[in-house]
Amino acid sequence: MSGMTMSQKILAAHAGLDHVEAGQLIEANLDLVLGNDITSPVAINEMSKFTTKGVFDKDKIALVPDHFVPNKDIKSAENCKCVREFARKNEITNYFEVGKMGIEHALLPEQGLTVPGDLIIGADSHTCTYGALGAFSTGIGSTDMAAGMATGKGWFKVPSAIKFNIVGKPSKWVSGKDVILHIIGMIGVDGALYKSMEFVGEGIKNLSMDDRFTIANMAIEAGGKNGIFPVDELTVAYLEEHAPSKKYTVFEADPDAVYDEEYTIDLSTLKSTVSFPHLPENTHTFDDIADIKIDQVVIGSCTNGRLDDLRCAAEVIKGHHVANGIRCIVIPATQQIFLKAMEEGLVRTFVEAGAIISTPTCGPCLGGYMGVLASGEKCVSTTNRNFVGRMGAIDSEIYLASPAVAAASAITGKISQPSEIGL
Amino acid sequence: MKAAKGTVFKYGDNVDTDVIIPARYLNSTTGEELAKHCMEDIDKDFTKNVKKGDIIVAEKNFGCGSSREHAPISIKAAGVSCVIAKSFARIFYRNSINIGLPIIECEEAADAISNGDVVSIDFDSGLITDETTGKTFKGQAFPPFMQKIIDSEGLINYINSSEDK
Ligand code: SF4
Repeated sequence: MSGMTMSQKILAAHAGLDHVEAGQLIEANLDLVLGNDITSPVAINEMSKFTTKGVFDKDKIALVPDHFVPNKDIKSAENCKCVREFARKNEITNYFEVGKMGIEHALLPEQGLTVPGDLIIGADSHTCTYGALGAFSTGIGSTDMAAGMATGKGWFKVPSAIKFNIVGKPSKWVSGKDVILHIIGMIGVDGALYKSMEFVGEGIKNLSMDDRFTIANMAIEAGGKNGIFPVDELTVAYLEEHAPSKKYTVFEADPDAVYDEEYTIDLSTLKSTVSFPHLPENTHTFDDIADIKIDQVVIGSCTNGRLDDLRCAAEVIKGHHVANGIRCIVIPATQQIFLKAMEEGLVRTFVEAGAIISTPTCGPCLGGYMGVLASGEKCVSTTNRNFVGRMGAIDSEIYLASPAVAAASAITGKISQPSEIGL
Repeated sequence: MKAAKGTVFKYGDNVDTDVIIPARYLNSTTGEELAKHCMEDIDKDFTKNVKKGDIIVAEKNFGCGSSREHAPISIKAAGVSCVIAKSFARIFYRNSINIGLPIIECEEAADAISNGDVVSIDFDSGLITDETTGKTFKGQAFPPFMQKIIDSEGLINYINSSEDK
């Protein structure tokens, strides 16, 4: 019997098994089931088809209307109403109304709902974000969500894994976003299909929690089932702040765990990285980026709407002005982040520079509202997908980048790195 | 289990859920509404031309991107009887099984079948026949557990029926 990976150990523990192998189909107990305003209505509708009524545990379901919220139109309002009424009827503890809500994958860790060793499913593909805290979390669809809410269980095929050995220290403007874009550029958008991406190594200590959230968040853009980090001092400090009363279990990979592939990522050699349309794997560094004029910059989303991201963007923008004719939209991912950004003066920096600040929402990330692109327009965005039509017109273009690059680009009006404005 | 037969709509690599059903339509949840916009951003004539029973054939990583179940729902509601691809993105794969949309992984079939060919599929044996060219291919069979979900026409029915027992 070979050893197990971090992910396999968490799955085994939740399936009540001593050992699992890659490829094995298991049924496992869930710690948290998540849905948003797009996926929950479909799941709620499916719930009504169950012969057993009600939810398995009202404390272990999180409902976060965030995509088209505050409601962008009547249909979105109806969807939110459906979620709200379901939450009320079933007395769901973790329902987040406007004023409390934030983008789900920034909100749940902040609220202390995701801790190491948890098994979490969410009807949203970026549910993989919580792997940053050493949880096994993965995106599923609405039917899985319904089944999870009703039974507290989910079916899984135990994944094999790719190991990323992280070493070194990144230079000043290189962040978690550059790390994950670099990896996706290297292995491709299906490079980790059906697999876990396990990040280990001494270099991890040089990645902030917000960097780790960004990296785990985009595991799905490499096709990954989950992304996961070990628990270290930084994780423990984060948990002390956000989940002081929650108990958790730390799982480590066995020394003889088997990996399909292993890569070493030296953070000190990484450069600011940009994904060109229309796939996250189309990565470039500034060695081969010509002058590309842009129309809009978006700084936000479940990938890069956290406090570190806003701090970094503000540091670049401070004392500059958004270029003439460019729209720069900044979206703090949660109310708490918004508040801290205000207290730290970041909001002032953005507004003085001519950027706008929005209430927490997914909004433009999926072409919903608050910054939809017209035909032919180009946007530098800190979001995670640059698919055809993702942010608006089908012939608009999205360039995925870090907050530092997005902020520098807003100032110059073309895709730029901080060094181009003297930083 | 049943068989399928229909005309092929062929697509390339990495057909993502944003082109299968663009986010601007995600405020609808009914199959009927979603089917009207199925594949709109990759093939604007798809909904005009697709007939009940037709088949989608694509290359690798079909259904990548968002977890929206609206994607397989729109394909199923548009009348598509099966999707054949070299590989599927995993959330799309499980969503399809969970809602009872038959999907098959088969590299050779995805390479050899052309747009407009008439193809038939026998789900029991996994045998794919390109009736236009006469070629046959062996698709990957589902593990028994997934087969049970598909046979029950989706996860909910499967759970209900296993609870009855
Ligand atoms: S911010 Fe974008 S990627 Fe993240 S949950 Fe919202 S729509 Fe999805």
